[in-house]
Amino acid sequence: MLEGLSNSLQKALGKLRSKGKLSEDDVAQAMREVRLALLAADVNVKVVKDFVDKVRERAVGQEVQRSLTPGQQVVKVVYEELTQLMGGQQARVRMAAVSPTVVMLVGLQGAGKTTAAAKLALSFRSHEHRPLLVAADIYRPAAIDQLQVLGRQIDVPVFSMGADVDPVKIVEAGKQEAIRQGADVMIVDTAGRLHVDTELMDELARILQLVPADELLLVVDAMTGQDAVHVAEAFHEKLSLTGVVLTKLDGDTRGGAALTVRAVTGCPIKYVGLGEKIEPLEAFHPDRMASRILGMGDVLSLIERAQQTLDMDKAQEMEGRLRKAEFTLDDFREQLQQVRKLGPLDQIVKMLPGVNKLKGLDNLQMDESKLQRIDAIISSMTKQERSDPGLMNASRRRRVALGSGVTVRDVNQVLNQFEQARQMMKQFSGVGKRMGNKRAALQSLKSMPGFSGLSNPAELMVGKENPLLPGPGDAVGPRRHHKKKRR
Amino acid sequence: MGIFDKFKRGLEKSRDAVFGKLTGLFQGRKLDDSVFDELEEILIAADVGVDTAVWLVGRVKQAAWRERLVDTVRLPNLLQMAMEEALAGVDSRMRTAETGPSLYLIVGVNGVGKTTTIGKLARRYRDQGKRVILAAADTFRAAAIDQLVIWGERAGCDVVRHGPGADPAAVVYDAIMAARSRSMDVILCDTAGRLHNKGNLMAELAKIQKVASRELPGAPHEVLLVLDGTTGQNALNQAKAFQEVVSVSGIALTKLDGTAKGGVILPIVREYGIPVKWVGLGEDIEDLEIFDPAAFSAAVCQP
Ligand SMILES: Nc1nc2c(ncn2[C@@H]2O[C@H](COP(=O)(O)OP(=O)(O)OP(=O)(O)O)[C@@H](O)[C@H]2O)c(=O)[nH]1
Ligand SMILES: [Mg+2]
Repeated sequence: MLEGLSNSLQKALGKLRSKGKLSEDDVAQAMREVRLALLAADVNVKVVKDFVDKVRERAVGQEVQRSLTPGQQVVKVVYEELTQLMGGQQARVRMAAVSPTVVMLVGLQGAGKTTAAAKLALSFRSHEHRPLLVAADIYRPAAIDQLQVLGRQIDVPVFSMGADVDPVKIVEAGKQEAIRQGADVMIVDTAGRLHVDTELMDELARILQLVPADELLLVVDAMTGQDAVHVAEAFHEKLSLTGVVLTKLDGDTRGGAALTVRAVTGCPIKYVGLGEKIEPLEAFHPDRMASRILGMGDVLSLIERAQQTLDMDKAQEMEGRLRKAEFTLDDFREQLQQVRKLGPLDQIVKMLPGVNKLKGLDNLQMDESKLQRIDAIISSMTKQERSDPGLMNASRRRRVALGSGVTVRDVNQVLNQFEQARQMMKQFSGVGKRMGNKRAALQSLKSMPGFSGLSNPAELMVGKENPLLPGPGDAVGPRRHHKKKRR
Repeated sequence: MGIFDKFKRGLEKSRDAVFGKLTGLFQGRKLDDSVFDELEEILIAADVGVDTAVWLVGRVKQAAWRERLVDTVRLPNLLQMAMEEALAGVDSRMRTAETGPSLYLIVGVNGVGKTTTIGKLARRYRDQGKRVILAAADTFRAAAIDQLVIWGERAGCDVVRHGPGADPAAVVYDAIMAARSRSMDVILCDTAGRLHNKGNLMAELAKIQKVASRELPGAPHEVLLVLDGTTGQNALNQAKAFQEVVSVSGIALTKLDGTAKGGVILPIVREYGIPVKWVGLGEDIEDLEIFDPAAFSAAVCQP
């Protein structure tokens, strides 16, 4: 259902894109689809309304109508406004003039504050800071233990006074301890609370009165629905937030709450959480979030991940061999293994735009086993056969099928896939010189079974396939975000 | 205080929010398209989702025509009827084993309230005179075992546990053995929170289920998916993914004591037919109620 909506959105906007002139109807139709897509992504109804009004206004305005390609302009407007609404540029953390900088995490129950606190500590540490974690959640059973365990894991000190002390006292004493230890950042993990729980909201206000926070971050679960508006409003009104941390973005949520929270509080989203493993929090990219909310996938994050995970030297070596037409089944298998390192297939695939158009994606679980089967089949071949698949006559195919416990048809299929991959990569090796490493990373991705139906990733990157990703000449090109990730 | 009262009290805030809008909408208005448009919006704002909101408004419209209504006075009733229709057939009873212990597996994404719900369920069954044992099969999250142990103490029942990082299926296995030898009635298995799009973690869940059904015929007698009431449309993805892997038999909807309305269960019940069995209305051990479709609908749309 959700995918269907984003499909129709892409269709509606795609139609506009090719138009030389826009009728009122064209715009109205497109705006309807934009509205549906945003609602399906859990963006608040009011925020959606304002947003659509704004886009509509610009769409029928001079700027668009007088341009040579009005359709394309509308598409650009949608994307621009969305990116703008989420804060345009990345926002940084405010450091105090006098140490320690106080960072406090607040939010509803189960939003992911404790995990985010540990990740944040790690981020600071990797920037040569000396963080101290302060355990101020005295309510949830074992919350303090949880922070202590995490602190030990990442080797960051944790200050706690047990669960029988007023959190206000804990934070005050925590600050003294930070000063004593020479910690320049203290990160306070507070108990989850409902925004309508006046007693607990007052508690936060009391803490802040005694120990003002340089950064007061609202931790929001990316899967939050329409209620995000009430939560953000209440926390902001009572406490004056300075920023937002968006957690659990490694799920398949479109994350429209990001838009809501940003619109309601005006506070930038400073970090995103992408998993349970304690790794530094990642920076928030408004443009990527924009395409995610619109259901266009998150190609850029995928490419980044590919760059980090894949062995670039190997990929490049492979590319060289490819040019000399030496690409063998061994290379093919090597590539598959690299792609598998990227993470579970279903996750990778969800990051790709237009992927909902591919058939059979419901069965990704099976695809994982398919990969294993391919591996088994290739392993059953002799070295000679692997480097020269041309040798694979009928009797050899039968032998391999027997050896790897599959049917001859399966063997044929793998050989066909290999051939396809080889062909595709040949074509691909001529494209996009300027992409350097990215190209190598994508090649590995492309040779994957099931991905052969995908259009050329090079095109996806510059947005030819996606009406909403601006083309190479546009101002809001996604490419400038390719800076190396902060470590 | 009766269950209904408690349930209604918990939902008071959400009801106020919806009804606040509804009364404004309903006061002295003629019944025209703008009313229905606004109604649709209110439903979407309750996380009902576009499709189900359109469906509900369609039902209300039909009924209004049938009754030849010209104003909005009876609209809340009609809406309530439509909601009850959407939730019709929800059976919130828990399945139990004919002989021996009943095993309930509690699953869900991170932070939704699985462990807390187990504590609450444990207390409830204990109050009914049942012998309850808990299985700490979340061996992944830091201090998750300690958390369950505290709930075990609060509810007054033992917890079967291994160390952090142990095989969760092995914990469940041990819990079944312990339950058998000590003739327990109910085994409540806590599991680690996991995002439904992570294939490997979901496979682990399938393994737990397999071990349970192998060691204890008919188990798990219920697989409860815990959904956070503040979750938006992603809850649909969660329901679908968990159901595919562990055949979810019921839903526990938590955190309805805030302003979230939990409207997303309407499309879930409609599309996947998974009954909602429990509602979480707070952090205390008593804050759990049996889901009652009529009460839920009434609390959401009646004064
Ligand atoms: N207000 C409110 N809070 C709840 C409710 N149920 C659970 N919580 C809170 O939500 C937070 C998370 O609950 P847990 O029971 O730890 O959730 P979980 O699903 O076991 O979490 P993980 O094991 O970390 O995935 C805790 O702070 C609970 O007190 C509820 O019905 N209402
Ligand atoms: Mg838990």
